[in-house]
Amino acid sequence: MFRTVAELIDQAEQQNIPISEVMIRQEMDVQNVTREQVMTQMEKNLRVMEKAIEDSLQGVQSVTGLTGGDAVLVQNYMKDKTPLSGHLLLDAVSKAMGTNEVNAAMGKICATPTAGSAGCVPGVLFAVKERLNPTREQMIRFLFTAGAFGFVVANNAFISGAAGGCQAEVGSAGAMASAAVVEMAGGTPEQCADAFAITLKNMLGLVCDPVAGLVEVPCVKRNAAGSALAIVSADLALAGVKSRIPCDEVIGAMYRIGQTIPASLRETGEGGLADTPTGRFLKEKLFGSK
Amino acid sequence: MKFNSVFDIIGPVMIGPSSSHTAGAVRIGLAARNLFGREPQWAKIHLYGSFAKTYRGHGTDLALIGGLLGFDTDDERLREALEIAKKRGIEIEFIEDSARVNHPNTARLIIGDDDETLELIGVSIGGGKVEIIELNGFELRLSGNHPAILIMHNDRYGAIASVTAILAKHQINIGHMEVNRKDIGKEALMVIEVDENVSDSILKELKEADHIIQIAKIVS
Repeated sequence: MFRTVAELIDQAEQQNIPISEVMIRQEMDVQNVTREQVMTQMEKNLRVMEKAIEDSLQGVQSVTGLTGGDAVLVQNYMKDKTPLSGHLLLDAVSKAMGTNEVNAAMGKICATPTAGSAGCVPGVLFAVKERLNPTREQMIRFLFTAGAFGFVVANNAFISGAAGGCQAEVGSAGAMASAAVVEMAGGTPEQCADAFAITLKNMLGLVCDPVAGLVEVPCVKRNAAGSALAIVSADLALAGVKSRIPCDEVIGAMYRIGQTIPASLRETGEGGLADTPTGRFLKEKLFGSK
Repeated sequence: MKFNSVFDIIGPVMIGPSSSHTAGAVRIGLAARNLFGREPQWAKIHLYGSFAKTYRGHGTDLALIGGLLGFDTDDERLREALEIAKKRGIEIEFIEDSARVNHPNTARLIIGDDDETLELIGVSIGGGKVEIIELNGFELRLSGNHPAILIMHNDRYGAIASVTAILAKHQINIGHMEVNRKDIGKEALMVIEVDENVSDSILKELKEADHIIQIAKIVS
């Protein structure tokens, strides 16, 4: 079993297999099941992600009315205008936001690694799908590669905003997505790790400060940021840019930063954006005074 | 290692918006229903801390009721749980309780029908994981890190042995176990934390063991 990214890369290089294959083999071993069972289970998750994106493009509204409809706005903008940031990037952004809009509207999603950060991985996957034309198996492998890196983060740091701030949620999710894109685009395991490290480095210190304690504001837009950064980092790594700080050390830094983030900025809805005049106003409007 | 499966990271599939306030709440409701053994006719639900403040926005109320109706965390009927409960004639009352609790995401469920009532305190500790800290006045100490089986039984010799024998037969390892009773010979509770999820067929077998009254499982 790999505990660190270094061990993960080592196993992939020693056996000359991609990171997704290391994860698949470990899962078969740990659960004592066949390759087919593991692949089928992940295929189910993939289908949930696909359906959530489809639903979001029809337009959804959350229970509170705080979020919904932005994915459609972005898709329409892409049809009518030439986006400044490029089609693929904005497509990922809209699909990531859409997934989280579905989540806020009590729709069905696949937590990756959490519900609040569930947009980054599928958003990026279904955007690059248009460019790279992967097979269904390659799309499933994308999720195993993302999962392999998330697995290391979860076991050495944290993946929940309550524990480590948004850097642990959207930071991890975006970083997982960037590593997975690199593999799908033909990069090496080491380049996957570089992409992961670059994304997470740029998410360090991000606090979890949801308005009224709800998984809506700013969560939907943080997923937009996470997915956009994922693609930029993947391109950097594929271009040969390396992370000066090794991946495992970046995860260690994230962990120590998370431990020092005050409780008011760890999903309690008490600090940060939640504690702005508008944040407090929205909370009072939704739940009454307190 | 805290996590050993990739499906803890890519998964679970769930109805949003929050693993703690929605998925965890479903699991508390479901645990109550399973322990009660059938659909209750009424439910009084006390919400504390963050649950009391944000339950409408997170659908915590729908999630708890959905669990009581037997829906799982990925069941799309959760959204309509209140209406479905109404149609089935279940009386529901939510109480926003300001009493102090140790964990912000705490709910006390009192459910029943003409014959029986059941009272349970559940805590959603994050990532969809839950702890049941009190059941019918029995204090529990379930970590929530492992799947668990709760077994109400009669305080008779052999009850515990028959349960552990079945688990041993299916090669299920017990990580932690507690036994508690109200009085000698009266109702008792076994709490067993195991290393892997126990299938429904094994649960059925356990339920048919000697002196067992009711059984429920908590998925970690």
